[in-house]
Amino acid sequence: MTARLSQLAKTIRSKNAGVDKITFDIIFPEKAVYERVKASGAISRESIAKLYGIGLDRISDFVNFDPACAIKFTIYRTRPSGSPGDGDIFGAQQYAPLLDLEVPVEK
Amino acid sequence: MKTLRFMCPNGHLGFAPIKKESFYLGVETQPDFILADSGSDDIGPGPLGMDTSTSPLEWQRHDLELMLLAARKLGVPMIIGSAGDTGTNSRVDLYVEIIKDLAKKHGMSKFKIGYFYSEVSKEFLKKKIEAGQTVEGLDNRPALTIEELEATDRIVAMAGVHPYIKLLDLGAEVIIGGRSSDCAIFAGPAIRAGFPEDLSYYLGKVLECASFCAEPYGGKETVIGEISMEDVKITAMHPNQRCTVASVAGHAMYERSNPYDEYVAGGRLDMSNCRYEQIDPKTTRITGPTFHPAKEFRVKLEGSGKVGERFIGLAGVRDPYTIAHIDQVIDWAREQVRERFGEEGYELYYNVFGRNGVMGDLEPLKDKPGHELCVVVQGVAPSKEMAEEVCMIGTRQMFYARLPEVKGTAGGVSFIVDEVLAATPAYRWTINHTVALDDPLELFSTHLTEAGA
Repeated sequence: MTARLSQLAKTIRSKNAGVDKITFDIIFPEKAVYERVKASGAISRESIAKLYGIGLDRISDFVNFDPACAIKFTIYRTRPSGSPGDGDIFGAQQYAPLLDLEVPVEK
Repeated sequence: MKTLRFMCPNGHLGFAPIKKESFYLGVETQPDFILADSGSDDIGPGPLGMDTSTSPLEWQRHDLELMLLAARKLGVPMIIGSAGDTGTNSRVDLYVEIIKDLAKKHGMSKFKIGYFYSEVSKEFLKKKIEAGQTVEGLDNRPALTIEELEATDRIVAMAGVHPYIKLLDLGAEVIIGGRSSDCAIFAGPAIRAGFPEDLSYYLGKVLECASFCAEPYGGKETVIGEISMEDVKITAMHPNQRCTVASVAGHAMYERSNPYDEYVAGGRLDMSNCRYEQIDPKTTRITGPTFHPAKEFRVKLEGSGKVGERFIGLAGVRDPYTIAHIDQVIDWAREQVRERFGEEGYELYYNVFGRNGVMGDLEPLKDKPGHELCVVVQGVAPSKEMAEEVCMIGTRQMFYARLPEVKGTAGGVSFIVDEVLAATPAYRWTINHTVALDDPLELFSTHLTEAGA
């Protein structure tokens, strides 16, 4: 069976990391859940690239951050934040597609 | 054993006011320093380019007044970094004037204000480039070119700890800093007091955003960091907030590409061996960060350049056939602008909210628009008159778009106003680079003045 990421994580957020990148934090409420999601492989460079329809070369970092029970990745913007036409100067609303990501979980 | 306690009430002073309850609880514990960062590049390139702040002067005054009154009462230094959002010279001068006014208003006795500037002249960088030095790009940007430099209106460099230490050495009791690495504001006084660089930079890293390192979520609340020779302890002051292992470790990730490295002028803070322990319900203890000094002293530069004057138009769409063909509607309007102004010399943008207005190319549901859309049109051009006209044609002509099978032929979109709205000029980040300096203070001239009587 699967669960949506929004049911498993306590925080799913995005924010600028400097003017050329947007970083995403997926923080889990406890170690067991974090380890389960990590082990499922549902969140990887490849799955993120697919979800956002981007090439792997747009993902600058992908880190499993054990101390915070968090998975974190960062993508390059195609134009710097706040350039005319940018719909999200703070990069704060780019996480939404992650909410419904399906993660395989044991019963 | 000697320790020092650093109180931080706000992670971006001026952007939203400090919350007073936790501020006064923090003051009661008699911290040794009261400090806040006021800068951010999150606000986009406009304020730096235009040399303005993003928030009303009154909000900035409010926070400075709270902090100054508390600091003078306790007799401890008050330190502000990256004054007025951008840390430009005009923002530093503004904050120094506010401090002087507040000292007068409250009849304070005399004290010393130290301040420093961070603006960088284009000439300085031009000479570097012409001398064959590389102004290196960050985040995959190419090295800075003369052309990109010429397209820039204003540049600031991010100071490290050095001007803060120098101003404290000169006896400053209030410091107003130009653009600075966030954590340098805190690390400077800690290093000057003799604490290890490893822990001093970490102290700054964890405190810079105030209560963002606490849980539950709540901004603009006060936190206190205590540094010793062995550790950093971080405590939430708000009655309902706690600094937990998860919240403090989680904060290491905030707004950076990876949670292990923090680059500052002069080196890198490595957080990969940090250990976190809960030592009381509101306090987490951190050990194990390490600071690696850089071989070459480089500072980060931020530069903003004007793209043009800007107007904004708004158009709503409810007809499902028009929604399904919204790109054709936009193409029609673009073509009308092209007929009037040609291909070049202006910029025209469409954000289609209800489809991919927020996310653009990253939106996975581009093919599933809502049952109504709001199209935000931006016209950018060298003069206000032309920007208005570009935007107006680009918006108005959506009304007349010729779709072959549309039923409603009396008007293709809805308007809230049938004009277009003057917006701030459009800017872009032209510089996100680093430059090597011969002396850490080279770009950051320090000054002293007095306030009070």
